[in-house]
Amino acid sequence: MSNDESIRTGFYVCHCGHNISDVVDCTAVARYASTLAGVMVSRDYKYMCSSPGQELIRQDILEHKLNRVVVASCSPLLHEHTFRNAVAAGGLNPFLFQMVNIREHDAWVHADRAAATAKAQALVSAAIRRVALHKPLQATRAPIHPDVLVVGGGIAGIHAALTLANAGKKVYLVERQPSIGGHMAQFDKTFPTLDCAACILTPKMSAVRSHKNIVLWTYSEVAKVDGYVGNYTVTVRRKARYVDENLCVGCQECIDACVFKVPKFPDPFNLGMSMQKPIYIPFPQAVPQAAVIDPDRCIQLKTGKCKKTCVEACADRKAINLNQKEQLLEIKVGSIITATGFKLFDAKRLPEYGYGRYPDVMTTIELERLVSSSGPTGGELRLRSGKPPTAVGFILCVGSRDMRTNRWCSRTCCMHSMKLAQIVRERTGAQVTVFYIDIRAPGKGYEEFYDRSLQQGVQFVRGRVAEVSDCALSPDEAGKLVIRVEDTLAGFVRRVPLDLVVLAVGMEPQADAQEMRRILNMSCSAEGWFLEKHPKMAPVSTFTDGVFIAGCCQGPKDIPDSIAQAGAAAAEALALIDAGGIDQEPNTAYIRGEECSGCKSCISLCPYAAISFDAEKQKAVINPALCKGCGTCVASCPSGSIGQNLFEDQEVFEEINGVLDYV
Amino acid sequence: MDKPKIGFYWCASCGGCEEAIVDLAEDILRITAAVDLVFWPVALDFKKEDVLAMPNGSMAAVFINGAVRTSEQEEMASLLRAKSQFVIAFGACAQLGGIPGLANQFSRDSILNYVYDGAPTVVNEKHVRPSVRCEDNNRTLTLPEFRSVVRTLEQIVHVDYFLPGCPPTPRLITSAIDALLTGKLPPPGSVLAPDVALCDQCPRKKSKPEQIRFAAFKRPHLTSMDSDLCFLAQGVVCMGPATRGGCEALCPAANMPCTGCFGPTSRVHDQGAKMLSSLSAAVDAKESDQVDAVLAGIPDPVGTFYRYALPASLLRFSANIGSAAVKETL
Repeated sequence: MSNDESIRTGFYVCHCGHNISDVVDCTAVARYASTLAGVMVSRDYKYMCSSPGQELIRQDILEHKLNRVVVASCSPLLHEHTFRNAVAAGGLNPFLFQMVNIREHDAWVHADRAAATAKAQALVSAAIRRVALHKPLQATRAPIHPDVLVVGGGIAGIHAALTLANAGKKVYLVERQPSIGGHMAQFDKTFPTLDCAACILTPKMSAVRSHKNIVLWTYSEVAKVDGYVGNYTVTVRRKARYVDENLCVGCQECIDACVFKVPKFPDPFNLGMSMQKPIYIPFPQAVPQAAVIDPDRCIQLKTGKCKKTCVEACADRKAINLNQKEQLLEIKVGSIITATGFKLFDAKRLPEYGYGRYPDVMTTIELERLVSSSGPTGGELRLRSGKPPTAVGFILCVGSRDMRTNRWCSRTCCMHSMKLAQIVRERTGAQVTVFYIDIRAPGKGYEEFYDRSLQQGVQFVRGRVAEVSDCALSPDEAGKLVIRVEDTLAGFVRRVPLDLVVLAVGMEPQADAQEMRRILNMSCSAEGWFLEKHPKMAPVSTFTDGVFIAGCCQGPKDIPDSIAQAGAAAAEALALIDAGGIDQEPNTAYIRGEECSGCKSCISLCPYAAISFDAEKQKAVINPALCKGCGTCVASCPSGSIGQNLFEDQEVFEEINGVLDYV
Repeated sequence: MDKPKIGFYWCASCGGCEEAIVDLAEDILRITAAVDLVFWPVALDFKKEDVLAMPNGSMAAVFINGAVRTSEQEEMASLLRAKSQFVIAFGACAQLGGIPGLANQFSRDSILNYVYDGAPTVVNEKHVRPSVRCEDNNRTLTLPEFRSVVRTLEQIVHVDYFLPGCPPTPRLITSAIDALLTGKLPPPGSVLAPDVALCDQCPRKKSKPEQIRFAAFKRPHLTSMDSDLCFLAQGVVCMGPATRGGCEALCPAANMPCTGCFGPTSRVHDQGAKMLSSLSAAVDAKESDQVDAVLAGIPDPVGTFYRYALPASLLRFSANIGSAAVKETL
């Protein structure tokens, strides 16, 4: 826009029904704006965002030859795009537009009509002075790489990967354990239908392995992510498995042949309730169905002095490679779905429940393995003494809804415990008591499941359990675990003798969630769950474009919700890929090349790693595709050598002058 | 043809800028051969009357150093403005307020009370204070008025060019005078030095890491400083990133960090705020007590970040110095 062209501004103030006009005198604001320099048209209208409202702008631009537009209405987060489009429809560059928020910033937070109107006018004065300095800008379009990285091979990651792969996209699925499957693989049955977890999960795991569009990397971790939406470069660390998973057929002959005749190392899949050898397959349905060698336990890898009977047993297949090294692989993807899951609360943090002290106090996941037909006891529930239990108690909210540990509700433990309670009733006929604070059964079929638990004779006692002890006060408590609890419905303290106590441990963010957050440049809630872009309107997006979240890494949830989120995240990634490119807001920062002294102050401050140092020119460089326009570098550049589109110093000062002029 | 007439004058300053003229060494002969020095009170015996007698605009240029604190300085600045085609603010005090400008943290009364009573070396039983007017044996004595705030030269009169530095370097002075003599002048209002921050020409630039965090700030006199490594990388506050270059990095060459005497670049409204913003964003602390511990390394933030530019900053003076100061500056 040349300097001599006179500024012709159109101004519009929106009533937003009664939202704004109840507190702000919109006609007075329009009247005031009409007196300001450069304002050719000034109108108030009931709903500026409606089609007629937008049409008003378009018509006025043509009729009055407007070259600037200001709308005073709601938050730009809501309708900046709407009005920019209306401005563009009138043939103007959409960035010759400024929006004034007189709803959230004014009408909704004030009651005094005169003062609120004055505030609206001051803000309008600022915007009208500022918009005169706006320059036409172009949104740039960056291409989107069609491949997707899914981090985490639990049910959420598996579902997201399959959805994308079925849509014809190439997917890299990275899982840090030697097998995919996640927590769900450890479950016996699923609530509320009591269908077998393995029967519904295993087919999906196998489908991942055999899918032509999925590259499955287990025993691998994301080490580094560079780039930006549409163009991520990811470095994946593939740990040495010492077995070539493409050659291994899962025959287990190597395991049988291992020089350790008897398994003697705790098996993490069964939480140490069974033993494994240094060479093992994590669990019977593991995918890939390939052995893995633990380098801390294998004699050859530790000392180099083993007969290598495993290699001998493998013979011609030559799948075992004891010289395998960790690999760093680099891949290019356009979007990333994070489905890194959760960890369980460590019950030892609540010593009053005796976990780790009394052998028959266990967690829900341990019980899950004990009742599973593939578990250490083949599904037979036994006390540590070998006897079947006669009285079993479940303590809910262990580590959840507790000011001392985690304040949140883990959402699944009520249902999970009721499922286990029913299984225990069915298998052992034992008396089962559930100690709860509130039963939370809000899902489809969940309340009915609660009813079924009651019908099956599961007892419910409302109250937070104070302690579990083995201190008998009466003969019937002798040799038993005793729960002391205030029954808040009956109004007295109960002592309940039991021989098995199950702790329904809640969910927590992964121990290294912060590291993952940094690698992917996401935000975390105070509790450490990955933060969605908007809790309602963008539940699987993050503040980093092209990075999506699914499953329990975002917060506790059950299997149906995890799968729903995974599907949503896959759909978001598909929408991004199929758009072919992404428009980028041009409010980016830029280095004024000649003026930069190369002091590097800005580089470490950029939260998006968008600034690099050009060693040849000895100046900083901002990658506009990475810049999110946060302004951190602009404000902190000590020599004022960074500018920002739409936030030029002159524009900001003119805005301040506009307010000061009014007051 | 007459040689162009040049004047020098000083306001609130230490005299270092006058020394800087002498520091031109042999070059001063070349300059004095090319110009007529018609006013230089510190070196030559000219009086105010001599200036009053000059026709308006008869001097080609006057170089004024020092900040403006008294009514006399205001009067002389206005007078010289009228007599000269170009007024050049010479040195940090004239350009930005300089070290005397740090007095803008204190009220006029508290300054006078300290200087005339409170200072440990002062005996003043009658608590005499300087006054504008005083009768003694039927004679009236007058003194210039001590104003409430220190101001930059530009806050008093229109200034054509600025020569930065405490003091300006001989190279900048000679090139400024040469530009005046040849008429090859930059746009009016320019600072006669490069508009890029000091780091650009600092010999330690390459040693500054890209990722920098401050877990502590060290003070130059309490630390043994590496003579090659970027000061900021050593945790020593260096104003280089926020300070205009052109001084040939004299202080870093002498193993001292930049204190900011060349002022900000043309794009910055407030040098101290910029440096504060940049450093504080990189403080490596999360809890408030950790922040306090880091900041303890900067016991005098105004003296560190606004050492030369407080009167030229957005705030200009401390809020507690009273309404008189506000009134004077309006």
